Amino acid sequence: MIGKAIKELEASARSREAVDAWFAARTFPIVDGNFITFVWRGEAEAVHLKHWVFGLPSSQSLARVDKTDVWHLTLQLPAASRVEYKLEIVRNGHGEWSQDPLNPNRARDPFGGNSVAHGTGYEIPTWIQPDPGAAKGHRDEIWIDSKTFGRRGFGLYVPSRFQRNRQYPLLVVHDGHDYLRYAALGSVLDNMIDRLELADAIVVFTSSPDRLREYADDERHAKFLVEELVPYIERLFPLDAQPQGRCLMGASFGAVATLSTAQRYPGFFGRLLLQSGSFAFTDIGDRNHRGPLFDPVVAFMNRFRADPKPVSERVFVSCGMYESLIYENRSLVPLLLSTGMDVRYVEARDGHNWENWRDRLREGLSWLMPGPFLHVYE
Amino acid sequence: MSRIVVLLGPQGPHPDIAEVLAEHGIKGRVALVRAGYQERETDDAAMIASLGVPAVNLQLHRRGVDVFRDDPTFTAGYQARQQRLRHMQSFYRVRLDKIEDAARTVSVRYVDPQLLEQEDKVSVDQFRHLDADHIERCDALRTAFEEQWKVAERPLIAKYRAEVKQLMEDSDALVISGGHIASLVNRLALFDVFGVATDKPIFAWSAGAMVLTERIVLFHDFPPYGSDIAQVLDEGFGLAPGIVVLPDPRRKLNLEARIGIQRFARRMAPLTCVAMDHGDRIVFTRGEITRADATRLDKSGDIEPNWSGAPVRYSTASMKWARGEHP
Repeated sequence: MIGKAIKELEASARSREAVDAWFAARTFPIVDGNFITFVWRGEAEAVHLKHWVFGLPSSQSLARVDKTDVWHLTLQLPAASRVEYKLEIVRNGHGEWSQDPLNPNRARDPFGGNSVAHGTGYEIPTWIQPDPGAAKGHRDEIWIDSKTFGRRGFGLYVPSRFQRNRQYPLLVVHDGHDYLRYAALGSVLDNMIDRLELADAIVVFTSSPDRLREYADDERHAKFLVEELVPYIERLFPLDAQPQGRCLMGASFGAVATLSTAQRYPGFFGRLLLQSGSFAFTDIGDRNHRGPLFDPVVAFMNRFRADPKPVSERVFVSCGMYESLIYENRSLVPLLLSTGMDVRYVEARDGHNWENWRDRLREGLSWLMPGPFLHVYE
Repeated sequence: MSRIVVLLGPQGPHPDIAEVLAEHGIKGRVALVRAGYQERETDDAAMIASLGVPAVNLQLHRRGVDVFRDDPTFTAGYQARQQRLRHMQSFYRVRLDKIEDAARTVSVRYVDPQLLEQEDKVSVDQFRHLDADHIERCDALRTAFEEQWKVAERPLIAKYRAEVKQLMEDSDALVISGGHIASLVNRLALFDVFGVATDKPIFAWSAGAMVLTERIVLFHDFPPYGSDIAQVLDEGFGLAPGIVVLPDPRRKLNLEARIGIQRFARRMAPLTCVAMDHGDRIVFTRGEITRADATRLDKSGDIEPNWSGAPVRYSTASMKWARGEHP
């Protein structure tokens, strides 16, 4: 498949000036309807597109436009898609991964960053941008001496309109510091609260030094949250200490930790936000293809699937269509619904990444912990 | 009822309240209710300036805060009632969703269209039953609360009611702004503002207009979580009878959704659903609409942008319903 723009380049004189002019007239990657063309310019033995879209080969070669130093690859990209990728440039038999120098759109994550391709119609949400007009919540870092885990630090968000004589709901965020760094959670909270879309809430950002173990249905983690962390915050702030006033959230393994904690303490967190949960399971046998790290997750999910219980009241589930976990998440939703819990499920044309989770925050949080927007008519 | 009640659309950056007060010959001081603004109640300088007449802020929110601080026994009972109302609202909301789901499931069956039409009526009736039941239960809870706590006899409430009464007597009219609808309803009821306002003219907009009707409906066709279904919050004070007010339609109503409008108008009948934008107005004199300029939502799914207040014809069944003769 060759994109229209590449055909135009092939039809040109292919001189340096013609190629320069061709580049100057475009932004990259080139999005044309439901197609996207990745382009790289330079000398190399090979160029590969590296991405994490489940269902497509994760490495695909760019072809060279004959008699030029232009490399290209055209793929289908459905409307509203958002795809993170890198380019691998092979020189002297050695491949080096890099971000796309022609594409200014970047996403950061704990492993560095990726280039981002936006399909037709995808727009970066305006509500993630810092709004100078929105009142800013107060952020802090505090410590707790935990009997379970020893001394642990966590982040804290106190809404700008905080008053001691009011009661506040509590939101606990697994991998909260990463949500702040890579999913703009700080701006999202400020904006949503200022626009009355999210209840004025106390927010706790937890981070674990051993998340793959602690989040994988580890009873110590659930105990720490329910018996130590939340009571500690309830002593510090006037909280609405009821299930309806407590929300627990997380992404990937953080979503497993969220569901697992709710399962161990049914009814404690009345609101759950599960993003791209690593909800691996098996229908036969006890080993999942994902490897031993997932063994405790598989055991937990198999137990949950065998006997699903209403562990919370309202559950928001989101997952990217381009994630390998889409199957597990789609499978989870009917089970959650079967328990009588109020469940919303949202899919996006995106992958297993922080900006996907960022883009779903407004929909999820406003449904789980709505602000007074429905009650205010000015 | 001899009073004049004037409902307005949102005031926004270009308020028309001064013009409306002048048209109705209000020149003296008015009593202002800004309880819907909660903690921002007393940031009232700009609003008072926009009235074009002197005003005294009744400070119902602040008075409420005083009561809740100084009367902890009553406060505990009040908070328990509010908590119960919130739970009831939440359960009612869940049931609305299920009726909506059932209505959709039935509506896409491949059967005789006449049967589907009958089934659609059943769906609308189910909404109406649920709405009526919700209002009845909320009302019962409020009534039981009043009886148990003898609100008018709580010392600080009695004192504040007397103060509000005096302020009302010395005012030419009552002006009620928008804001948080539940706060507004609760504070107006707690201090019995309409009981002491006797027949003073009332001017109100947005949430202020909603509370004066018979039925308060929360609605938003474009919520941040995608979609929602209109829900009855409670009865209003009934001083502007026969209508459901839907303020700020530009931001909150999808007036192109014919099926949604159709179902909503039928669900609320015989109340007339009226969208009120900035500049719109409905005037009631002795409980009857004497002038209107607003947008009416019709049972056909159409909208009537320049509704003049003409009565809408309803079936005998709807009228029976309105008289409380529903099964």
